[in-house]
Amino acid sequence: MFRYYCRLALMSMQRTPAITALMVAAIAVGIAVCTITLTVYHLMSANPIQDRNDVLYAVTLDSWDPERPWDESRPTLAPSELTYRDATAILAAGRADRTAIMRKAGFTLESSPAIKPFLVEARLTTGDFFPMFAVPFEYGGGWDRNADRDAPPVVVLSKKTNDTAFGGQNSVGKIIKLDSREYRVIGVLKNWEPTPKFYDLNNGHYDSIEDVYVPFALGARLQLQPSGNVNCWKPEGINGFAQFLNSECIWNQVWVELSAPQKLAQFQDYLNGYVMHEKSLGRFPRPLNNHLYTAKQWLDVNEVVAKDNRVLMGLAFMFLAVCVLNVIGLLLAKFLGLAKVTALRRALGASRRQLFEQHLVEVGMIGLTGGVLGLALAALGLLGLRRLYENYDRLTHLDLAVALLALAISVAAGAIAGIYPAWRVCRVPPSTYLRT
Amino acid sequence: MLEMQNVVKIYRTDLIETHALRDFNLRVAEGEFVAVTGPSGSGKTTFLNVAGLLEGFESGTYRLDGKNIGELDDDARSRTRNQKIGFIFQSFNLIPDLDVFDNIDVPLRYRGFSAIDRRRRIIRVLEMVGLASRAKHVPAQLSGGQQQRVAIARALAGEPRFLLADEPTGNLDSLMARQIMDLLEEINARGTTVVMVTHDPELAHRAHRNVHVMDGQVTDFLTLELSRGAGPLPAGLPAAAGRAAHGRPDPIIA
Repeated sequence: MFRYYCRLALMSMQRTPAITALMVAAIAVGIAVCTITLTVYHLMSANPIQDRNDVLYAVTLDSWDPERPWDESRPTLAPSELTYRDATAILAAGRADRTAIMRKAGFTLESSPAIKPFLVEARLTTGDFFPMFAVPFEYGGGWDRNADRDAPPVVVLSKKTNDTAFGGQNSVGKIIKLDSREYRVIGVLKNWEPTPKFYDLNNGHYDSIEDVYVPFALGARLQLQPSGNVNCWKPEGINGFAQFLNSECIWNQVWVELSAPQKLAQFQDYLNGYVMHEKSLGRFPRPLNNHLYTAKQWLDVNEVVAKDNRVLMGLAFMFLAVCVLNVIGLLLAKFLGLAKVTALRRALGASRRQLFEQHLVEVGMIGLTGGVLGLALAALGLLGLRRLYENYDRLTHLDLAVALLALAISVAAGAIAGIYPAWRVCRVPPSTYLRT
Repeated sequence: MLEMQNVVKIYRTDLIETHALRDFNLRVAEGEFVAVTGPSGSGKTTFLNVAGLLEGFESGTYRLDGKNIGELDDDARSRTRNQKIGFIFQSFNLIPDLDVFDNIDVPLRYRGFSAIDRRRRIIRVLEMVGLASRAKHVPAQLSGGQQQRVAIARALAGEPRFLLADEPTGNLDSLMARQIMDLLEEINARGTTVVMVTHDPELAHRAHRNVHVMDGQVTDFLTLELSRGAGPLPAGLPAAAGRAAHGRPDPIIA
């Protein structure tokens, strides 16, 4: 009977094209608004390292001002970055299975005389960064722990940088210059765009990954100025790079990999012990407030998805509800307008259940049509957003999961809109409409 | 086949109650052709709606083919309606969007017949009513008489044992009306019980038995033999001859 109902639904939709078009348009607009909001929300709230969520932890230590907390609206929150001293101390302690300490810098990159030098953003990090975050390589690989210590001039290029500098060829073993110093290419990444950029939420939640990656220790050896946020609370007379490295200014991110729950507890004890020791040296004036966050917790703590976005989601679905209410009115008018045919079908032996199913198939098809049209409108809307806000390019791509969800919502919206009108029309007494 | 005893049907609004059937008694035997006559508002159509299970009733007993209709739920009534009853309406009541073939297909779909069986039945009834060549026409492309033939074909396709016709010739000219009556007689001759509501005494006269309804009650009967022997009845007095022949009969006659 389902195919029969589908055929009847198509005929019914053709019979009342204006009402059908209005209903499809109402659902389409509602679905388009929901899909756009859902797409942005879905990508904003995604955990790009979900598979490793239970072993990776962001490290925070509260080394901030004793007079006021890091975040006055959330006083229990420790700063999201660490001082250079603390970051390197955690690395040196080697208590975690893996440790990635990192910061940003900027270079001018030269690859060959044929290509003009260009500016690149760099991530100075430790070799564990690559395996910890499951960074995919097209060619070569990262560096080992010896390189973390010795700081050889090696570099890993992003795919985009390798495409620009070497036309996408395997550049492993080739030499590039960063700020006129030579570096040997040891690896080239595949396309990798963790969204949000969970490992560094201090410098743009949805920024692209860095263009080049070099050993963290080079920063100190070459006295590379940090780029991105540097926050200081203590009046310190900083004269020279060595004093800057020893200051209470924070600009380094630290992640550790702890493969078992007991290791997590042990590492937390280590952090508390470390801070207590530093307190004895006159540092860390605030109460003990160290935290380890999973990637998911880290995204939540940093409010990657702002409350406004959630409110916006709610408003979008309320708008869809208003559209559905309009569709209910239109369906009532349509179904009751065609009640004579329904009454006739009853007289010819259709049960109420069969007629209810028939009408639900029709509203399901209206919902599905509205959903498909809504997806097309959403794609256009997202295209418009991409044109308006180029920085949010990665947040405005319609993905398959959201598209399928939108279609499911549209069918459900149609069905919800149709339940009452279908129920009403199935209850009409046939004799009322068949009197001659 | 059909037996109603003391059936009461009341239409209620906030202000008034209308007693459409009052202690309505009627028995129709299998294979009969019964004409139900009476003035407007007498309860003929209400009787037909109750008989066709399109409406319930307040009290009394209604048995159709041995089943006590009062005990059936809505689904069972739909099934009974679908399997045992065929309807013919004055205004044909064809679905305008569907062609002739699909209109006849409607009750067969709900009956659950296979596609092959449905096709076989539709072709057979279309040949019976002489419209086999019009299967792909929509109702608007047919004359009134042809539309009524389609309605009859639709009523017959499921081989119901009981055919209810509400003024089946009311919207037709006299020639077409006679053709439809010929067809109903032919259907009845094949064994289908026919109950026809009509205002037309000439048509009523062609039935085996006339039942006159007044104020929601059966008031008189006229059997086939008497009515045929007496010739056409005067308009509005279909039961006069019967009353003369039988006096005041028990309204339940097998």
